[in-house]
Amino acid sequence: MAIKQFFQHTPSRRQISWIKSTLFLLCLVPFTRLVWLGVYDGLGANPVEFVERSTGFWALLILLATLSLTPVRLLWGVTWQLQFRRMFGLMMFFYASLHITTYLWLDYGFDWADIIKDIIKHPYVLVGAAAYLLTVPLAVTSNQYMMQVLRQHWKQLHLSVYLIATLGVVHFWWLVKKDIREPLFYAVVLALLLGVRLYYKLRQMKLKVDRARKVKLSAVI
Amino acid sequence: MIILHKTDVSSSEITPKEIFEDRRRFIKQAGLGLLATSALAHSNLLLAANSTHHTTPVGYQSKSATALPNFTKTAYGKEEKLTSYEDVTTYNNFYEFGTSKSEPAVHSKLFKPYPWTVSIEGEVKKNKTIGIDEILKLAPLEERIYRMRCVEGWSMVIPWLGFPLAQLIKWAEPNANAKYVEFISLADSQQMPGINLPILDWPYVEGLRMDEAMNPLTLMAVGLYGEKLPNQNGAPMRLVVPWKYGFKGAKSIVKIRFTEKMPMTTWMKAGPREYGFYANVNPQVDHPRWTQSSEKRIGAGLFAGRIKTQMFNGYTEQVGQMYAGMDLRKNF
Repeated sequence: MAIKQFFQHTPSRRQISWIKSTLFLLCLVPFTRLVWLGVYDGLGANPVEFVERSTGFWALLILLATLSLTPVRLLWGVTWQLQFRRMFGLMMFFYASLHITTYLWLDYGFDWADIIKDIIKHPYVLVGAAAYLLTVPLAVTSNQYMMQVLRQHWKQLHLSVYLIATLGVVHFWWLVKKDIREPLFYAVVLALLLGVRLYYKLRQMKLKVDRARKVKLSAVI
Repeated sequence: MIILHKTDVSSSEITPKEIFEDRRRFIKQAGLGLLATSALAHSNLLLAANSTHHTTPVGYQSKSATALPNFTKTAYGKEEKLTSYEDVTTYNNFYEFGTSKSEPAVHSKLFKPYPWTVSIEGEVKKNKTIGIDEILKLAPLEERIYRMRCVEGWSMVIPWLGFPLAQLIKWAEPNANAKYVEFISLADSQQMPGINLPILDWPYVEGLRMDEAMNPLTLMAVGLYGEKLPNQNGAPMRLVVPWKYGFKGAKSIVKIRFTEKMPMTTWMKAGPREYGFYANVNPQVDHPRWTQSSEKRIGAGLFAGRIKTQMFNGYTEQVGQMYAGMDLRKNF
């Protein structure tokens, strides 16, 4: 497969840093576009909605990109792409932060009474707010220092990304009035990304059980 | 994500010409010198850009080809700041032409609203049909500036052209059994790409109680901003009920049916918990998804914030008495 061939060519350190810089800049394109449109009056009739939609979309898309790195390792046994995980994760946090800032500031003008009412009363807002709060500890611990401090707990903590992604898709799904085609697409992609992990996890467990059984058998004999 | 088809917009017709042209020139110049532009210049541009967006077209000129010349201006909403023609005609909910706000303006370009026939049926003296040209002559056209509040939490101010629905009802001659009026929109998959998607139960159906339909505020609109209704706004004829959420305003109406029982509307079928028959604008009764106590005014810009939503969208004086004694929480 083409994807397999692409990933099997392991880039050099230099190439990795080039790819990383390119991806970093690419991730900033949507932000730059928003600033550009904002400055030149190109955000349309409902600019707040435009910015909310756009930042939400990119947060979700980059999160799905982050979650696609491990399936590549599981399916094709390549690992170099895992070096981009932190950058993608932080980029997702960047867009999620812009998203929530737009909501709190441009949409609700920091009117906390209205904001709290909106969060409590509307399930999609509540789910979105929960997803964002869960990303904060992940962003704060996305550095070498915190990895050393937390040791084995770091991995446990970062497992919550699966929950965050699920909440993100639910947030989108519940916000759509009737035409669910777009959120459905992300739900399918997320299900595939998580499904690959689950498949390998189960296979691994089965292998362990089989091995243990073999050991037991040989001991009896 | 919303993709705006800016090039299709004919805003030059309505935004005062000098401002519009100036803005284009402004953008061009700014684009050339962008790399050199400092952060300070950016913030100035931002202000300038926003202020053009804010500008209310004071004396608009309508397209001569589609102008409706004979109408009288009325006092309705004359103190209101109009939403720009550009925004009124490019930010639309008209699922027959696509579910995103920018799609109707693009996908309705080839739609043919003329000739057009509307059939009148149900609890009437006798079934009949009427052509759009006759409808236009049925009653003198008036311009009325109404606020329009969408259930999604945004609003506009639109100068409609039309006549009170009551005039059409009088012509239709409903009988004594007629308690409700049902409005059925066109569902032509040839002309309306959205019909091919099973997103709503087509055709679009809306309804009013007889007294609501006869209320002097209820308008049968055939135009806006001095011209015939653009296709994306419901050409050639649509309902405007300003004290109700926007989805009550059925567009491109082909059938008007008088009934004894309350009609089942499209959105009631789609989400009975979310959309009721009455759908009166009510800041006290929240929608399961959207706050109804405040709204965003379209065209007010990125930093304008929200405005408080008024009971019956500010038309309590004209319509409040029709709902006296009703539990509006139950009859949402």
